[in-house]
Amino acid sequence: MPEAQSGTLVQNQSQNPTNRVLGDQSAEDLSRSFALTTRLEDLVAWGRKNALWPLPYGTACCGIELMSVMGPRYDLARFGAEVVRFSPRQADLLLVAGTITEKMAPVLVRIYQQMLEPKYVLAMGACASSGGFYRAYHVLQGCDKVIPVDVYVPGCPPTPEAVLDGIMTLQRMIGTHQPRPWRDQWKAPAGMVTT
Amino acid sequence: MEGARRNGDNMNESITNKIESIKMDIAPFSKADFYEAFGDCVLIAGREEIIPILSILKRRGYFDFLMDICGVDYPAREKRFDVVYHLFSSKDNTRLRIKVPLAEGDEIETAIHLWKGADWFEREAYDMFGIIFRGHPNLRRLLTHHQFRGHPLRKDYDADLQQHSTEVLPIRFDNTNDEDGAVLNSKYVPINIGPSHPAMHGTLRVMAELDGETIVRAGVDIGYLHRCFEKMAETHPYNQVIPYTDRLNYCSAPMNNVGYCKAVERLLGVEVPPRAQAMRVVLCELSRIIDHIIAVGTGGVDLGALTSFFHLFTYREQVYTLFERLCGARLTVSLTRVGGMAQDAPAGWFKEVLAFCKRMTAEINEIDKLMIGNKIFRQRTEGVCPVSKEEAIEWGYTGPLLRASGVGLDLRKAQPYYGYDQLDFDIPIGANGDIFDRYLVRIEEMRQSIRIIEQVAKNVPEGDYTIRDKHIVLPEKSDVYGNIEGLMNHFMLIMKGIRPPVGEVYDATEAANGELGFYLISDGSANPYRLKVRPPCFAIYQSFPSIVKGSLIADAIATVASMNVIAGELDR
Repeated sequence: MPEAQSGTLVQNQSQNPTNRVLGDQSAEDLSRSFALTTRLEDLVAWGRKNALWPLPYGTACCGIELMSVMGPRYDLARFGAEVVRFSPRQADLLLVAGTITEKMAPVLVRIYQQMLEPKYVLAMGACASSGGFYRAYHVLQGCDKVIPVDVYVPGCPPTPEAVLDGIMTLQRMIGTHQPRPWRDQWKAPAGMVTT
Repeated sequence: MEGARRNGDNMNESITNKIESIKMDIAPFSKADFYEAFGDCVLIAGREEIIPILSILKRRGYFDFLMDICGVDYPAREKRFDVVYHLFSSKDNTRLRIKVPLAEGDEIETAIHLWKGADWFEREAYDMFGIIFRGHPNLRRLLTHHQFRGHPLRKDYDADLQQHSTEVLPIRFDNTNDEDGAVLNSKYVPINIGPSHPAMHGTLRVMAELDGETIVRAGVDIGYLHRCFEKMAETHPYNQVIPYTDRLNYCSAPMNNVGYCKAVERLLGVEVPPRAQAMRVVLCELSRIIDHIIAVGTGGVDLGALTSFFHLFTYREQVYTLFERLCGARLTVSLTRVGGMAQDAPAGWFKEVLAFCKRMTAEINEIDKLMIGNKIFRQRTEGVCPVSKEEAIEWGYTGPLLRASGVGLDLRKAQPYYGYDQLDFDIPIGANGDIFDRYLVRIEEMRQSIRIIEQVAKNVPEGDYTIRDKHIVLPEKSDVYGNIEGLMNHFMLIMKGIRPPVGEVYDATEAANGELGFYLISDGSANPYRLKVRPPCFAIYQSFPSIVKGSLIADAIATVASMNVIAGELDR
């Protein structure tokens, strides 16, 4: 049963005028026993947040910890996100797990552009969020320099619990239709040749 | 730099005799000067005589491995650069370092015709320092991106001066005598795999030209995880480098901690107490097991066998739990400190380790059945892309891959440290050097590691877990807050830092993938002057294009998996 916030379970409302419009007897009977009213967008958001298909963009140590998140003990499947897709066209959650170097940046932008809407980005760990302790000549100082990030998970690497918390945060954001100005205003970095 | 020459550290007689004989052999054309520093034998040669010397050393059988080539920058010197070669002999386990001073703009001849393995090491030195190796067919950038300007490991390059890349390098291959690598052959299908691809473990990028499913030409592009480890090491005090070492081979972080600290300790001339040694051995062997778990587990995934991965990861988690008990971290543990360990093991920890060993033994047998007993797995790996003994040495293979090719070299036996010579264990050796043998060796090594852990964990020596030299190790917290002495020592060490004597060492340990070497130069300050890592899979992975040539594309994927290339230590 959907638990979308604005959805309300309505039971046996014979006064509901819509019932009389329905000509079919069986449909009318069903609606007398119970009915669900919700907004379409809430229903869709409910579906979206509970069936995220992640693309594990594991580049470094965080990628190994991400294996643990997927693995038997922490089991991301419990949150409906176990269908790991390596093709960006089949994924809606980009899990950036690990350091993004300057050399990798154009690849990351290209992968992001290839994903279909709606799409979300989770930066796992200090490097993906800010460059971490690599204040260095070949390390991008956070993947949000080139793509819009929805959730940052701190840690080096974050514990699997922290990653699960990040994914649940994202689920809440999707469920409540959190506005995402960073996403709406995003443009590919100037000069980036990505196609 | 050469001011601090010390004698009689541990240079044994066999190397002394060997040097006499080398001196006679190279006398006709070189008056090169041998000396000894911190137990390492060093030779300084001119840039014109280096190739003849290397050639004699190899052809007359003095040294069979070229372990490392790297650059060092001394901006104040007239001849600004040193090109440093590290050689190793598997016959008598001796090492030799050759240093060639070069002025800016000087060229040095490539060693690629003597050792194929010189290829990437020279390209790296070119990339990082701008040293020109004459005759190298592919002297292009290796680790930094192709739009990068300047040479970052030069002392006058700022550590945090980033240069953005705006495009991905198009498909290109290495130049050969008769082919230009940038020109694609229209007869074949070009294919690009990675750097974001499920079979490419992290950030590897493989390019190939295919005739049907057969690889006509292959190439690799690395550096997608070049995190400037060596530059970071030069800008951080000795103990603060330890967390960076965690992130070299992050599948077995404690081994890098141990390798690095061991090098610094040798430079300082201290030995860690027996209890710390025992803890380090246990940690190293646990790491070896979990590293092989990743290699075997993900290797299976690449061949379509998901079960083994999930199965094995349960046990990796159990080792994480042991690490967590020890220090609170799971993956990147930073457990060692220069001079010992960060803290003692909690009560009962070694008992838990022993209990894990029991469970793991049963699991290994299970995996043995699951993988080795699997018909599909065998068909995909047996006889696929074998590497012969000679070729493996030529490329600078070490570790399980070298042993799979039939060379029984393991530094735990060859140059024992931390009491490995007192322990009873075997070195598994393969026969064919194919992918199957690599997995056989790894699975057997897990068994041997368990044997080692059981011997050590049953008899852990009592005593302190670290040395108590106030110039090296911070005092206990209770002393820092409890008495003025402790507070002063803490303050002094934090402000002044550990200051090893001026000098340099090359120290190697047997990591999960092979010889992990740290070449450490100290100028007497609180930061390393130069820290070069010799990562085992760097030497191994450079052979990839030539060993997959002519095989099927699916076999190339199996080969990458069997090499267990860890981008963290490959690109550093």
